[in-house]
Amino acid sequence: MKRRQFLTTLGLAGAGLTLAPVLLRATQGEEAKAEHGQAEHSKTEHSKGKRWGMAIDTKKLTPEIMEKCIAACNRAHNIPHIPNKKEIKWVWMETFHHLFPGQMYDKHYSSFSEDKSLALCNHCEHPPCVRVCPTQATFKRDDGIVMMDFHRCIGCRYCMAACPFGSRSFNFYDPRKFLKTENPEFPTRTKGVVEKCLFCYERLDEGKLPYCVEVAEGAIYFGDLNDPNSEIRKVLAKRFALTRKPELGTVPCVYYLI
Amino acid sequence: MYDGGRILVGLAIFVAFFTFPFWYNLGNAAYQGPKLELPKEKNCVNTKQFMLEKHMQLLNEWRDEYVRKHVISYKNQLTGQKFKISLTKTCLKCHQKEKFCDKCHSSFAVQPYCWDCHVAPKGAK
Repeated sequence: MKRRQFLTTLGLAGAGLTLAPVLLRATQGEEAKAEHGQAEHSKTEHSKGKRWGMAIDTKKLTPEIMEKCIAACNRAHNIPHIPNKKEIKWVWMETFHHLFPGQMYDKHYSSFSEDKSLALCNHCEHPPCVRVCPTQATFKRDDGIVMMDFHRCIGCRYCMAACPFGSRSFNFYDPRKFLKTENPEFPTRTKGVVEKCLFCYERLDEGKLPYCVEVAEGAIYFGDLNDPNSEIRKVLAKRFALTRKPELGTVPCVYYLI
Repeated sequence: MYDGGRILVGLAIFVAFFTFPFWYNLGNAAYQGPKLELPKEKNCVNTKQFMLEKHMQLLNEWRDEYVRKHVISYKNQLTGQKFKISLTKTCLKCHQKEKFCDKCHSSFAVQPYCWDCHVAPKGAK
């Protein structure tokens, strides 16, 4: 054998050894997939090209309705009632003065700054909580929902520091200790994870409206902000609306109709 | 052989201790696998063998598909039937945690952390 021939053979053999396992694995992977079931990679009707948004009609909202909204959410999402600062809240009551700092003029001059309205996660267009999450446990879905993957949350609470709206709560205790009844349709959380409003993603999958919207007696509009014919777009076109802390540029998708 | 007697005695003691589990259990009944209460509904998301071997991988995959990729249905490629991706709304509709999942898990001393958050419906069929 000539030197040149020997080197060529050696090179080819080396290339073959490197490629063979990769190719083998690739073909096996396809077989394995074909043999068993597979998750269907098609988005549902309800989320394709959508951008979910909410408009809270502050004129229609009364304390009774707000209580009902909060109770419905708490019951459905297994949110524990913890009577101290380590409370868990997804949707809660807040004064206008706190909701819109700097937008309510001086609180001594306006009569409504101490009135209350609902606060919840704003599902921002540019969510700062998502940017800081080191494990991508919180992320933005295509339909605009800022989602939580509780399986992945390590409880570092960066997102809580990043959120300018205080929408996130940390589980200092095992929430099951504070729950009287558990709703088996929705998981509880464990000690050491952060949670917040998720726009009732599980209800949207079934084509239903979020719980708070359902019990709000028409005081909360919910719908697709990308659809010009949706109810929420029509009401936003007609009436003046505020968003919280617009100067921060997070672009909230929860509007307050004034 | 130096100290032959001592070595042999030591060896005998060692063998006796080493085989302790075998002769201690002599005459006892053989190990019985856990007895599961099978659901009446036979239409599972995949074959029995697949579920037996790979249900944990399937559940992990479901978790990521649903939570992270927002894929809501799973298609059984053998029958073409579609299922909703959900532990409590699909699996636990037929299987009962205490009489099915827990039987093997406690028998094999595995502690899956599913139930730290997911609530098993009480009295499911």
